[in-house]
Amino acid sequence: MEYSPPPFFKTGPTPLARLLIFSLLSLALLFADARFKYLETLRKSVSVIIYPLQRVANAPASIAHRAGEFFVTHSALRADNARLARQNIENAVLLQQLKSLQAENTHLRELLDARKRVEVKSTLAEVLYAARDPFTRKIIIDKGVQHDILPGQPVIDHIGVIGQVTRVYPWLSEVTLITDKGQVVPVQSLRNGLRAVLAGTGNDGVLELKFIPLNTDFQNGDRLVTSGIDGVYPPGLPVAEVTNVERNAAYLFARITCKPLAGVNNHGQILVVGQERNLPERPAEETRPERVKKGKRGG
Amino acid sequence: MQIRATTPQEILLPVRPAFIVVTLVTALFLNFLPWSGFWVWIRPDFVALVMLYWCIEQPRKIGFTAAWVLGLMMDVADGSLFGQHALAYSILAYAGIVLHRRVQMFTLTPQVLHVILLLLFNDLVVLIIRMLAGSDFPGYQYFLGSFVAGALWPPLSVLLKLPQRPESDPDHV
Repeated sequence: MEYSPPPFFKTGPTPLARLLIFSLLSLALLFADARFKYLETLRKSVSVIIYPLQRVANAPASIAHRAGEFFVTHSALRADNARLARQNIENAVLLQQLKSLQAENTHLRELLDARKRVEVKSTLAEVLYAARDPFTRKIIIDKGVQHDILPGQPVIDHIGVIGQVTRVYPWLSEVTLITDKGQVVPVQSLRNGLRAVLAGTGNDGVLELKFIPLNTDFQNGDRLVTSGIDGVYPPGLPVAEVTNVERNAAYLFARITCKPLAGVNNHGQILVVGQERNLPERPAEETRPERVKKGKRGG
Repeated sequence: MQIRATTPQEILLPVRPAFIVVTLVTALFLNFLPWSGFWVWIRPDFVALVMLYWCIEQPRKIGFTAAWVLGLMMDVADGSLFGQHALAYSILAYAGIVLHRRVQMFTLTPQVLHVILLLLFNDLVVLIIRMLAGSDFPGYQYFLGSFVAGALWPPLSVLLKLPQRPESDPDHV
């Protein structure tokens, strides 16, 4: 008989005892992670171990993608080229206007003695894969601590905001998409400048404006851009468009649903935007010249 | 002596531990493939499936430690709560080890029913943990992957037994 030696041989603790030990260990980990957000170092070390396997697993898809790019037809390339040339001319006009406007803006700001807008450093990254956790909306990108990515940085594509870096590993980072339940973006309506808080619902393509009184002026088709008052997202990035406004007098708040403008579920290149720390000076009684830490404001 | 309902008595070679490691790493690799969209829902959890196979076939060679470590790796790769897969896989390993004599008695089809139930329970553990942590129910398609995994069980058990088959047929000398 291959397995099952007689019971008087030593076989260690019984399966039930082992199950109890490992369950308690897992529960301790769960509790420490969910409540206190410890264990980030442990997470990072495990991520280093599995990193090669993750890269290898993603290789077939990227190779297939590149092979597909190689076999592009001549006509498709020409059409693409023509479209880009047209776009370039259109953009050139806008760019010239932008330059003069920027010059005018700096001049006016100098006149007003206002703070200059800081040029932010951004990093181009590629989406490796969408996290396979059906409970959250997250993507994994191919830049990490080694490329100076910090937790909290906003992530945009060529249209607008898609999410925020929530966890960084040595060579990868995890981006929580704006559609994730509990992900919140402070926004402002482009039409009338109303400020609001945009929250994800956990469903793809559905966002919700939270805590908006019934009589507030939001309409279908209103464009929402980041307001920038949070100090995390730079102001003026397009986020979403209002798709439905439901005012029911039985409830305290209007139910306003929006859809994200950026390709939140698309794969491809994205930009991790450097953080614009443009916070006001600390009050004089604080003598330490350190930068303001999160969660310790107004101390 | 093992008694199987249909397969003739055959003496298998002992399994090499390196082979177990290779299959588990392959399962991790399959889980790490960039599944997206509709495929996420029907993706079987290869790690759970292969680990359950070894827990049933070789309960002395593999056990809780392997299950737990694999669970941690899945947690990090998926960015999920740290320990949710570790807990689910530990319970799955326990079920596999406790039930291994019973499951081995059956032919492949009733084995599939056992496997689907065990994997569904594995999903349920993860679901309960996530709902306690404040997530919404993702819909019933969440359980689809376990049925796909059940369908993969017969080919998997044939495939993983291949290296254990003796090379020459003893009936024809």
